[in-house]
Amino acid sequence: MTTTPRWRALTHHHLFWPVAVLVILLLVNVPFTPDFFAIKMTDGHLYGSLVSIVLFGSPLILVAVGMTLVIATGGIDLSVGAVVAITGALTCSYISDQADQSALSGVFLALGIGLVAAIVCGLWNGFLVARMGIQPIIATLIIMVAGRGVAQLITDGQIITVNSEPYKLIGGGYWLTLPFSIFIVAAVVAVTVAITRRTALGLLVESVGGNAEASRLVGIRSMRIKIMVYVFCALCAGIAGLMISSNTSAADGNNAGLWIELDAILAVVIGGTSLLGGRFSIGGTVVGALVIQTLTTTIYTIGVPTQTNLVFKAAVVIIVCLMQSPKFRAKVFGAKFGGKQAAAPAPAETAPAAEASPKMEVS
Amino acid sequence: MSTTTQRPTAADSRTTSKAARVLGDRRLPVLVTAGLFLVMYVIGLSRYQNYGFAESQVFLNLFIDNSYLLVAAVGATFVILSGGIDLSVGSVIGFTTMFTAWLVERQGLPIVVVIPMALAVGAFGGFLMGYVIQNFEIQPFIVTLAGLFLFRGLCLVISKESISIGDSSVSSMAQTQVSLGGAFLSIGAIVALVVLAAAFYVLHYTRFGRRVYAIGGNEQSALLMGLPQGGTKIAVYTMSGFCSALAGLLFTLYIQSGDPLHATGMELDAIAAVVIGGTLLTGGSGYVIGTLFGVLVLGLIKSLIQFEGTLSSWWTKIATGVLLCAFILIQRAMTSRRKT
Repeated sequence: MTTTPRWRALTHHHLFWPVAVLVILLLVNVPFTPDFFAIKMTDGHLYGSLVSIVLFGSPLILVAVGMTLVIATGGIDLSVGAVVAITGALTCSYISDQADQSALSGVFLALGIGLVAAIVCGLWNGFLVARMGIQPIIATLIIMVAGRGVAQLITDGQIITVNSEPYKLIGGGYWLTLPFSIFIVAAVVAVTVAITRRTALGLLVESVGGNAEASRLVGIRSMRIKIMVYVFCALCAGIAGLMISSNTSAADGNNAGLWIELDAILAVVIGGTSLLGGRFSIGGTVVGALVIQTLTTTIYTIGVPTQTNLVFKAAVVIIVCLMQSPKFRAKVFGAKFGGKQAAAPAPAETAPAAEASPKMEVS
Repeated sequence: MSTTTQRPTAADSRTTSKAARVLGDRRLPVLVTAGLFLVMYVIGLSRYQNYGFAESQVFLNLFIDNSYLLVAAVGATFVILSGGIDLSVGSVIGFTTMFTAWLVERQGLPIVVVIPMALAVGAFGGFLMGYVIQNFEIQPFIVTLAGLFLFRGLCLVISKESISIGDSSVSSMAQTQVSLGGAFLSIGAIVALVVLAAAFYVLHYTRFGRRVYAIGGNEQSALLMGLPQGGTKIAVYTMSGFCSALAGLLFTLYIQSGDPLHATGMELDAIAAVVIGGTLLTGGSGYVIGTLFGVLVLGLIKSLIQFEGTLSSWWTKIATGVLLCAFILIQRAMTSRRKT
């Protein structure tokens, strides 16, 4: 209470906690690897832990950015992992059929085919959710289940390897001393932020997420907005799929993008976007994705056995969700703090009252 | 509860067409699934008659090979009926195989002691998730996602490599056959059928079952009616955790090893079986018998593909996805009819 207003404004900024977690995670590395923040220049390329965190995290950032908009409309997209696999499989199988795998025209056509397939998946999800009114979890479950089968069908159950220089650039190449994928991610994030925050589109997305029916009544075409976000999410997943398959120069219908949907949802939640929809933060999502990637890297560097990675992740999910739950804050930190931190419509007094009523019935 | 929701349809039935009345029937999806199962079975009979498809053992194998899925799907039915979702099913199954194999092989505990321990761990995991969902009002999706990570991580903490079980009591239990006429059932299949019968009794003949339907139908009105909503929700997730652990034990018996990657994605199979069995994903409507047919249909797809011989395993996934899609659309058609 005695803190200065500036400090309070800082801690109440929506990006404060995600960034704080990221910084703490990065600092944890320093005692174990003293030159953690060092960036070396070798062969005209920048190397270092920070660069590799961004490089390995870039597919996740892309998928998570797409997921943010879907979650902002109150939906969820479970099919991104399958879309990653389908895109990689289609593109690689097209390139591997070419006589000259490095021919630019062939590679561009392959990229186009992959991304069109991703968009078709997105249109299908959007159609089911917006047009048919099916719950998003279930509607996207269809492609999540069937999509991996389709990807394996395309690759014929094999791992297709390609040997194409231009294709390798997307996920494993360097440009201006930095990994090329960083530029792709930066471009996608910049375009997304520009479109959602410089135009009314972001507001419309939040409005649809807040109340789709009310938005329709005030004249927003909520159906079209919903279809659009699913297409965008699938497109992001498609680009991530290109990146993953290009990085390994191979398409694996079974394992490419496995669990990426869960990581992406996790990144969105860490970034402060509510799963209930109606509000989103692209910046928060990017930080959230970086937190997850840093967590993975940290587990490697501090020498904790890598198999505990998932346990750590579970702990992070639980802690982040509990911190975001107004009820939990009210219980643990007292009603005053919980009420203040909670979203505006929940004043301090209602939290304990609402908590008391179901409690009585439990006993 | 059900009478109040059905009364409007009954009153309207004079004006609405016969088709609408049929679509409004809650039992329709179960009947469709049962019909689909029969049609698929008959197709199998006519196509693979010379390869022994008609043998009663082939039919009973559907129960033997899918016993663990049936148990897991029964647990998922409870959760989905209550309007929630449980993503941790596959991980709990995987964890249970690992836990059991580790205790039996590495610690030398008798299987009789290990079984209650594994069940208790699964039920406790489910209880914890239910507690968090209920008391902190976090979405079931994200809480059970954390459960998915946690249990899969714990598998890997126990051991990175698979542990095969050579214990004689386990293998004798796994090989025990209960003969039924000319064919036999395994212990796992019998356990699964018992679980199914128990779930049927609990859902339709106990107060708890009514509460599950009521909460799934409309949580707000269930609360206003004074139903002990919190306790019921926690119990539902506890039951799902218990069923997953039991499914894990059956899977251990079936495969006689523990592996950190066992049953990855099984939660999707379980959810798909529940949906194909005609349970509404919004909760409040569905039958556990439908889940049985859902599991049988999924199992039959697998065995048809095996009998076909030339089809690759990924067709199972594609066929499951297509069926899932078809049944979701049927559900959608049903619910939109009921509203108007």
